[in-house]
Amino acid sequence: MITGLTWLLAFQVLGEVIVRVLDVTVPGPVVGMLLLFVFLRVRRYDDSGSIVRAGSALLRHLQLFFVPAGVGIVAYLGLLGEHALPISVALLGSWLLGLTVVGWTAVGLERLLGAPRDDLPGAGGAAGAGETGETT
Amino acid sequence: MRDDLLELARSPLTLLLVTLAGYQAGRWLQTRTGGHALAQPVIVAIAVAGTAITVLDVDYADYRGATELIAFWLGPATVALAIPLHRQADRLKGFIVPLLVAVLVGAATSIVSAVLLARLLGADEALEKTLSTKAATTPVAIALTETLGGIPPLAAVFAIVTGIVSAIIAPAVLNLLRIRDRRARGLAVGAVSHGIGASRMLREDETEGAFAGLAMGLSALAISLLVPVLALVLF
Repeated sequence: MITGLTWLLAFQVLGEVIVRVLDVTVPGPVVGMLLLFVFLRVRRYDDSGSIVRAGSALLRHLQLFFVPAGVGIVAYLGLLGEHALPISVALLGSWLLGLTVVGWTAVGLERLLGAPRDDLPGAGGAAGAGETGETT
Repeated sequence: MRDDLLELARSPLTLLLVTLAGYQAGRWLQTRTGGHALAQPVIVAIAVAGTAITVLDVDYADYRGATELIAFWLGPATVALAIPLHRQADRLKGFIVPLLVAVLVGAATSIVSAVLLARLLGADEALEKTLSTKAATTPVAIALTETLGGIPPLAAVFAIVTGIVSAIIAPAVLNLLRIRDRRARGLAVGAVSHGIGASRMLREDETEGAFAGLAMGLSALAISLLVPVLALVLF
């Protein structure tokens, strides 16, 4: 567990270093994620490794780590109430537009390029290639 | 004696306990309701902790400091999103081009539509700037809003609200839009609602969760690059 956490922190620090050296607005952990992905690919890392065990334990409780920031809602209830209409319409509207655009662009291009589909099991249509039936 | 107890109630120890207890209550509720969409542990935990600091009259800044121990793990957990991605890498075959194009187009759509909708309904510029970053993952949203001249703590709240809305209704909306490809479903949710959306998708299906994590990373990248450029046109 501690070995895995050490690796995760090391990749985060590496990400932070790169962000600072290149002076970009991308956050360090995101760069760290991309670096870890490349590392796991190159090393053909399997599920029994320490990074996977520690990382999976963290991901199981990903929601918990957002709670401290989310409680900030309390501090801004007044402002939020005053501008409730523009805020809620902009949030919901742009969320829906973004979701639709991303989903349809991906599905449309996939069809255009003739790539194999990977549909949800039981959602109708042909089941996708590489169906392994894992249900976590 | 009373003052001592009040001081204890406002200490980091108790605030951490309240936050964790709220999260556990949320998980319990989620199991009890058979995974109902509204029973997201993050919502229950925020409600419990938010009520607690209101009743105890604790400043949000103090609460934030006390719970740094929890918020700290957001960074390593973001790095760990590489793991589901690694396990799913075989499914990337034939999907790279759709993925990159969709994320880029989606990021531009999110930014522009949020700003224009808010302007149409009479929001001021600081609020528009703050809303423009809400599709990015929380740490990115905060950093970007700062550079733009928006209101950073609100950016965090918007990003989280977007995530919560997504965690509740995204799977149903995707069904309505007839998007059935698991990669596209995960991609769409991750691109517009980052970590909270991703954690919901991870519960539904590993492929959806993995692509949501990937989309979250890539769209954080795309939004970081696009916001400064689009800001020149929009503001």
